[in-house]
Amino acid sequence: MSSTLVELEHISKSYGSKLIIDDLSLTIHENEFVTLLGPSGCGKTTTLRIIGGFETPDSGRVLFEGRDITNTPPNHRNLNTVFQKYALFPNMTIAENIAFGLRISKKSKQYIDDKIKYALKLVNMEDFADRSVDSISGGQQQRVAIARAIVNEPKLLLLDEPLGALDLKLRQEMQYELIRLKNELGITFIYVTHDQEEALTMSDTVVVMNQGYIQQMGTPESIYNEPENAFVAAFIGDSNIIPGFMVQDKLVDILGVRFDCVDSGFGTNTPVDVVIRPEDVILGKPGEGRMDGRVTHIIFKGVHYEMEVMAGGFEWLVQSTVGHPVGEEVSISVDPFNIQIMNKPASEDEEAIKLDE
Amino acid sequence: MNKRSFTAPYIIWIIGGTLIPLAMMFYYGLTDESGTWTLQNILAIFEPGNLRALWKSLLYSAACTVVCLLLSYPIALILRNVKRAKGVIVFIFLLPMWVNFLLRTMAWQVLLEKGGVINGILGWIGLPKARLINTPGAIIMGMVYDFLPFMLLPINNVLSKVPNSLTEAAYDLGASKTQVITKVLLPLSVPGIVSGITMVFVPALTTFVISNMLGGGKILLIGNIIEQEFTVGDNWNLGAGLSIVMMIFILVSMAFIAKFDKKGEGLA
Repeated sequence: MSSTLVELEHISKSYGSKLIIDDLSLTIHENEFVTLLGPSGCGKTTTLRIIGGFETPDSGRVLFEGRDITNTPPNHRNLNTVFQKYALFPNMTIAENIAFGLRISKKSKQYIDDKIKYALKLVNMEDFADRSVDSISGGQQQRVAIARAIVNEPKLLLLDEPLGALDLKLRQEMQYELIRLKNELGITFIYVTHDQEEALTMSDTVVVMNQGYIQQMGTPESIYNEPENAFVAAFIGDSNIIPGFMVQDKLVDILGVRFDCVDSGFGTNTPVDVVIRPEDVILGKPGEGRMDGRVTHIIFKGVHYEMEVMAGGFEWLVQSTVGHPVGEEVSISVDPFNIQIMNKPASEDEEAIKLDE
Repeated sequence: MNKRSFTAPYIIWIIGGTLIPLAMMFYYGLTDESGTWTLQNILAIFEPGNLRALWKSLLYSAACTVVCLLLSYPIALILRNVKRAKGVIVFIFLLPMWVNFLLRTMAWQVLLEKGGVINGILGWIGLPKARLINTPGAIIMGMVYDFLPFMLLPINNVLSKVPNSLTEAAYDLGASKTQVITKVLLPLSVPGIVSGITMVFVPALTTFVISNMLGGGKILLIGNIIEQEFTVGDNWNLGAGLSIVMMIFILVSMAFIAKFDKKGEGLA
């Protein structure tokens, strides 16, 4: 792993009596694409604003390249921010917007002109230099905002839900664009979003946050395949979260039926939450699987069918390329390596799941 | 009733309140007492006494506008960052506007006059009496007091609409706090400044009540001269002629100002 760029040490922040971030520590490496992912109010934007210098933490330190910048104002930090609503200066042209930071730091005219050209080319907006801000579309404004930030050659780029206001098609295009930019520029991105698909698509590291805590941190694959708690499992993709108990290592009791699994170390007869992704549920003829049930709903989603199957008193969410009509008797089975076991949440707080997308 | 008939009251209002008086003003201004067409009432502005009054009016109203701007802008900048009780603070600034304009000016008379409140206090702490009333300072003071809200409101309106993300973006791009003001807030508040200047400069230019009450009839502004032609002098023709000159003056300055406020954003 490359060297450390940003370290958050035991950051806490509250507004009035509302605790936004609680003792959060996080290390971000050079050239990493880190996404802070969580529902609104989870503290992700506040974390970003603390790194950007717009908020001061109540306690804890922010280190940038090993230097304490907790109380350094934003204009003295070697990083730039792309704001949620673009925040382009309406009284300036596109080129003047991009030149803003360079003019402040008193770069030569030649240097500024070259940089404007380079930045506009990078975001595919070469012909727009002299246009006014309100004559271009939202997606184009977003590109200009990115260009304006990167011409200053920051070590770190902070992006606060930059694609939130764009339509789906444009959002997907911009995702590829951002990955390309990050690779071309070789700078670190910290990206805030509530959109799990964005997070999984672009990131090297995903930090799932809820209620001011980091719930889980890891590669997109590990977050998706091995959620550590019910919140992460529910927030990332669709899943069946079923209460059960570990009978012994590698054997779990789900709804009264014993399933083989691959997890161990939970003790014997311990209550757990079991996560099974809907695409991992295998439907078969009655009696062929671990338990029998009946299809209650089916919708066609394009790539696959999404069905609900009532079995063992639980409504299973199932995705399959083969559809079964409502009312059909089916059996359910799951491969052992697709059963993910999680500890029961210790407190009410952790259990609270807010999915307000 | 068709839709058009709803506009009748306004058409009557415009004809009775604007067009007829304007026509009469032009008629009186462009004729002499015998009713013959003449330009002498217009050209009368070049008489030394009238020219001096016009010059004084321009000077005092310019001074008043500058003072109002210098007082209002910092307040509006501070109000931008006030989160709680912002409405209350603006309300306090506007409160004097609810008292009749004449009464407010009279109050200054009571404060400033020879045996007035301020001189009373000066005498009480053993200082010599100061000549406060009937000075240019008193007139400008009175103008600032009366017209300040008209400067503060449009500037506050424009500044409070500038999103925080813009100032944060400037700050993020390396601007100091002063540069955030000079490079972002100031250019974006030009429409408010322009409309504030219009709303203070124009009434200050033509006022005669303030100069009458706080200038003691010794300092004549162009407004006083026009007023006197209508009342004491009984020369409506000259009064109307000078009014036309003032109107042209104001129209020209408005046209000039409108150049800066293309979108009309500042007009609250």
